[in-house]
Amino acid sequence: MDLDYSDAEQSFRREVREFIRAHLPSALSEKVLNFKRLSREDLISWHRTLHTRGWSAPSWPVEYGGPGWSAIEQHIFDEECSSAGAPPLIAFSVRMVAPVLMAYGSPAQQQYFLPRILSGEHWWCQGYTEPGAGSDLASLKTRAERRGETYVVNGQKTWNTLGHFADWIFCLVRTSSEGRPQQGISFLLIDMKTPGISIRPIALIDGEHEVNEIWFDNVEVPVANRVGEENKGWTYAKYLLTHERVNIAQLGPSKRELRALKSVAQRVLSRGRPLIEDARFCDRIAEVEIDLLALEYTVLRVLSVESAGREPGPVSSVLKIRGAEIQQRLAELKMQALGHRALPWIPEALEAGWQGNPDGAEWWAPYSGRYFNLRKTTIYSGSNEIQRNIIAQHMLGL
Amino acid sequence: MNFDLDTDQLALQESLQKFFSREYDFEHRRAILNSPLGYSESIWAALAEQGALAVGLPETHGGFGGPVETMLVMEEIGKSLVLEPFLSTVVLCGSVLADRGSDAQQREILAGIANGSRRLALAHYEEGSRYDIEFVKTSARAAGDSYLLDGLKTVVLDGGVASLFIVSARLRPEGRLLLFLLGPHTPGLEITAYRTQDGRNAADLCLREARIPAAALLGDADALPAIRHAIDRANAALCAEAVGAMEALNRATLEYLKSRRQFGQPIGRFQALQHRMADMFIYATQARSMSLLATGRSSMPDAATRGHSISAAKAFIGKAARFIGQEAVQLHGGMGMADELPVSHYFKRLTMINATFGDVDHHVTAVSDAIGAIPRASNDHEL
Repeated sequence: MDLDYSDAEQSFRREVREFIRAHLPSALSEKVLNFKRLSREDLISWHRTLHTRGWSAPSWPVEYGGPGWSAIEQHIFDEECSSAGAPPLIAFSVRMVAPVLMAYGSPAQQQYFLPRILSGEHWWCQGYTEPGAGSDLASLKTRAERRGETYVVNGQKTWNTLGHFADWIFCLVRTSSEGRPQQGISFLLIDMKTPGISIRPIALIDGEHEVNEIWFDNVEVPVANRVGEENKGWTYAKYLLTHERVNIAQLGPSKRELRALKSVAQRVLSRGRPLIEDARFCDRIAEVEIDLLALEYTVLRVLSVESAGREPGPVSSVLKIRGAEIQQRLAELKMQALGHRALPWIPEALEAGWQGNPDGAEWWAPYSGRYFNLRKTTIYSGSNEIQRNIIAQHMLGL
Repeated sequence: MNFDLDTDQLALQESLQKFFSREYDFEHRRAILNSPLGYSESIWAALAEQGALAVGLPETHGGFGGPVETMLVMEEIGKSLVLEPFLSTVVLCGSVLADRGSDAQQREILAGIANGSRRLALAHYEEGSRYDIEFVKTSARAAGDSYLLDGLKTVVLDGGVASLFIVSARLRPEGRLLLFLLGPHTPGLEITAYRTQDGRNAADLCLREARIPAAALLGDADALPAIRHAIDRANAALCAEAVGAMEALNRATLEYLKSRRQFGQPIGRFQALQHRMADMFIYATQARSMSLLATGRSSMPDAATRGHSISAAKAFIGKAARFIGQEAVQLHGGMGMADELPVSHYFKRLTMINATFGDVDHHVTAVSDAIGAIPRASNDHEL
């Protein structure tokens, strides 16, 4: 047993850190670290920068153009990127649809799509959730009727993240109503420019545009864009969910947020002294620091098993539940640290370079919105209640 | 980065598991618990025979292994609710002796620990000290070539069965913290022994001009670092014991949810109970991670870094132990209240672990104090 990173892992960390230092523009990291709005160009430009080094898809094996990193190396990369304020990876492309294509896509699909994901030419979004199919995803109703070599898709998807930036959408659609609901689902790849697709923003609790509703009105999709077999889409969707371990805990961003919380507590005053000298507030930071450490070492245990080429077991749900709760708690404490500065709602302050406040300080402006926004973490990607069901049923056999 | 056990460690774990499942089933344990001594001399001798009482002791004096081996023993102790005085003798006093004992003292006493002929107890905490390691009012005054000790040591773990005590006292008038070796029959020492909530034993030690020869002094320099180190190691060991107990308690509770039927079905079918069981599982999974962290850091020489990891682990595991203990009793319903099943015994042990060497609040405060003391949050990972 050895809790320390090996020499090779430490030198890998230095290499990543050096690349980020040399190539991440400070204007961009300032935006990330201060929760300014990120444009499509902000996100894709970092993706392209990483691509020049062959790092745009950290989880991919070498045969598909990835760096072939071990799970520990991917974790180190993620930690360094988060710590430096790099924009997040384009997860739906790199981490979600790509592994499904690698496992179940046809050679033609792999050859066409994977290089375009690597280069950033294609941005993917996800079409799973529907108004009537949230936690009960298998009850989805968007229909795909086969007509010759074409599927005709009709229906509605919702809570679609960043679809307004996307070139392609991977969708779960109903191709059969026979048998169990899970048995009639297929996995389709749909070009967002196809006639009949319309997209409408949903305003969120913080006033921001992040998610959309998408309608499909007689949208024609070539049968060649179906992944795997007809009516087996549920299997592929589940594969996608269970192979999402490194990212699901959001360890890197939470470690960064813990440091940010401490520096906020040093910056703001309470009764004439820095808030960090307030024992009660400090205890609250300590509690989340301890929780984060417990999450970190749980993640590291999983990664060390994975890096040794063994199967860590179905622990994704544990990581998701705790990761989501910790993200929420950190955002809540940052808002709480502001005191009455938590009240102003100034959407303009989310633009980089905004200076509209009489005291010249605008760093605090995004924190309350961030708190409201992160209530999503225990709801999305399988709500924490669904995750507890999974633990109870699949891990404990209840 | 690697959390695997090596082949020797796996072999140790397997032999301990075999031994305890053969020799320490719950009814046998009950007989030991109800015996006047409260522990079994034959189990103690068998543990010595297997080498388990040499774990973590210096190799120069017959010891083997380190924190990981200690963790493995403690996990099995937790799993089987073992009553024998391993923590006091091997972990606490073994650590103090290794840090402070002269070569002659180590040779004599450590050999006695390893071969099972000695049981030791550390008498440090006092009335009013709570978990403050530096609070020692017991005094030592030089008197010729001996010292006179006065004071009251409270809740000395395994104090009812120890054949040798290590007692802390402040040298008066100077104030330096010193450690002394005392036999239970030392004139001026009065031992009041009692059972603890979890079926172990402890004692209060009243010292009234107890005369200790200078040769019984353990080292001469300030003893605080050695005491801190021993208690850190004991806390790491308690984390491992708690993990063993929590995992066993979770298994028992899960089994109960599957077998107990109400409203015509196993109660584990009810989602209200499933989610509580899932939370117990989540806590135990993370508790194991924190126990590994505490174990991995427990031998670090840098007391601040070591203490941070130990406190974080003990605080987390304290919370986990409380949650799992209380929920296990609740999910067992009336049977959780009964002495008959192991569940109530696990719950009591976990609760007392939390009260030993710092509860959740104590250790959260330790982590919190370090945050408040940092002038500027560090932006760097350790490289």
